[in-house]
Amino acid sequence: MSGILTYALHYEGAINKNSLGAVSEAGKLASELGQEAHAIVVGGDDLTDELCATLGNYGASKVFRVKAPEGLAQPVVDAMAKVIGEHGQSYALFGGGLLGFEIGAGLTARLGAGVTMEVTAVKVQDGKLVAERPILQDSAIVDVDYVGEPGIIIGRLNAFETQAAGSDSAEVVDVEVELSDFSTKAVMKQRGEQRGADVNIEDADIIVAGGRGLGKAEGFELCESLADALGGAVAATRAVVDAGWYSYSAQIGQTGKTVAPKLYLAAGISGAIQHKVGMQSSENIVAINKDQNAPIFDFSDLGIVGDLNKIVPKLTEAIKAKKGG
Amino acid sequence: MKICVLVKQVPDAAVEKRMDPNTKRLDRGGEPNLNPFDTHAIEAAMQVKEGGKADVEEVIAVTMGPEGSERALHKAVSLGADRSVQLSDESLAGSDVCATGYALAKVLESESPDLVLLGQQSDDGECYTIGAVVADHLGMPSLTQVIKMDVEGDKLVCERQAEYGYDTVEVSLPAVISVGDAINEPRYPSLKAIMGAKKKQLDKKAAGDVGIEADKVGEDGSRTTVLAINPPPEKAAGEIIEDEDTNETVEKIVAWLDERKLIS
Repeated sequence: MSGILTYALHYEGAINKNSLGAVSEAGKLASELGQEAHAIVVGGDDLTDELCATLGNYGASKVFRVKAPEGLAQPVVDAMAKVIGEHGQSYALFGGGLLGFEIGAGLTARLGAGVTMEVTAVKVQDGKLVAERPILQDSAIVDVDYVGEPGIIIGRLNAFETQAAGSDSAEVVDVEVELSDFSTKAVMKQRGEQRGADVNIEDADIIVAGGRGLGKAEGFELCESLADALGGAVAATRAVVDAGWYSYSAQIGQTGKTVAPKLYLAAGISGAIQHKVGMQSSENIVAINKDQNAPIFDFSDLGIVGDLNKIVPKLTEAIKAKKGG
Repeated sequence: MKICVLVKQVPDAAVEKRMDPNTKRLDRGGEPNLNPFDTHAIEAAMQVKEGGKADVEEVIAVTMGPEGSERALHKAVSLGADRSVQLSDESLAGSDVCATGYALAKVLESESPDLVLLGQQSDDGECYTIGAVVADHLGMPSLTQVIKMDVEGDKLVCERQAEYGYDTVEVSLPAVISVGDAINEPRYPSLKAIMGAKKKQLDKKAAGDVGIEADKVGEDGSRTTVLAINPPPEKAAGEIIEDEDTNETVEKIVAWLDERKLIS
């Protein structure tokens, strides 16, 4: 058995950026192993020959295209199990994201395969792949090897760099897959609903982000005033977006945006891994949190242990004064 | 309807977690408690039971863990579960995600639930994959990170945030649903419920009782091996200010930002 099969997620005719990273990573690893990198796409008519073939630019020699419901994991598990059954790839790779976790996990059960999640790097060792996975709030990194094949590797968000390798086009192979009975028992009713106002945070040089520590939706007024004073934008964590305190379009992390501003000021954010992956490349990270054990202090450049309700208004005034003077 | 809630005992979040360098497994010492994410799953089960849209006969807390993991089950029944099941067997020690998911599916099969609920992740191993592994073994539809769940006849209407926004998905029962912590605010157990927890039925099962094949679990049944544990790359520690005098703190922050030309 040989080769790496990467799942490429798409939406409205475009391949997901994290999936492109995973396809690029597979291309690089496969050439180190002297094997082939394949990709698989699952969905409807927007998966055109042209779109599928572009995955060749990122290192896939073959793209398996399956017509099936998209946006849900279990039909993709059926599709990948069939392709691996017929072509014998040694590894299945996923970029960061919710679906990758679900598909990889389903495939683990279906194929009795080993799985590693939140993987930040993959290396070739003795002709096999070894996955590096941070654990315990990133306080240690374990090297994981697979027993038997295939090995399933689920990347962390933004772990793999997108690299357009050349102009080669991938061969597109249509595969017919009969879905498992239970794979048709979950039906997408509405996909990709945007909640809250549409805001742009990705181009901002300065971001003031708020989390659950703000206490209530109105707490965001503090962030907005500070962002105004600094000339920046306001962002939010998933917890407060799910709670309806702020717009989904301003969400940082796992199922939100990835940003790297000059200044990221986090108010009342504990710093869970799912948030960290979306902002850790920021140039300067400042955190204000009343819990001195909050994980965010482990990756802040300046950490302030204290009550944001006292500090943020005064900071806003001080910055206004500084700019005015 | 019968609802099973998968729960897990984890070391208390306040205790520093570490890996045992000899076994390369998580050292699960320290004050154990119910995984905080699981309390949302129990609360979701209770809300289905109390919501009046489904006739729920029983809510059963199910765990896999060594002797002592009864503690998590006691907490689970104090939060409202009717009884609990503990799968405990030496042969299960060292199981990876693949083996753990298989073993949990076998113990769930013995209960034939209409709905399996679990928390989106565990506080120790962070393996938010178990739900999907279990679902595939049980041949049930599944969805993870659900933040809203309504019963409509023999279906659940679920909402969750995925890569491109919020998705609404209709899932037929029986199903496996992992819930996100935004789904509800778990209740606090009453003193009476805490006192009564140990009196509720707790069934202990060994691997053989639920038909678990020995070669599929434990270290032998696992499909991953930890080769090494390494420290993370060194990162210069950030500066920390404890806010005592807020005016002074703010002055320091402004100076810090100004030094880096972030105020312009």
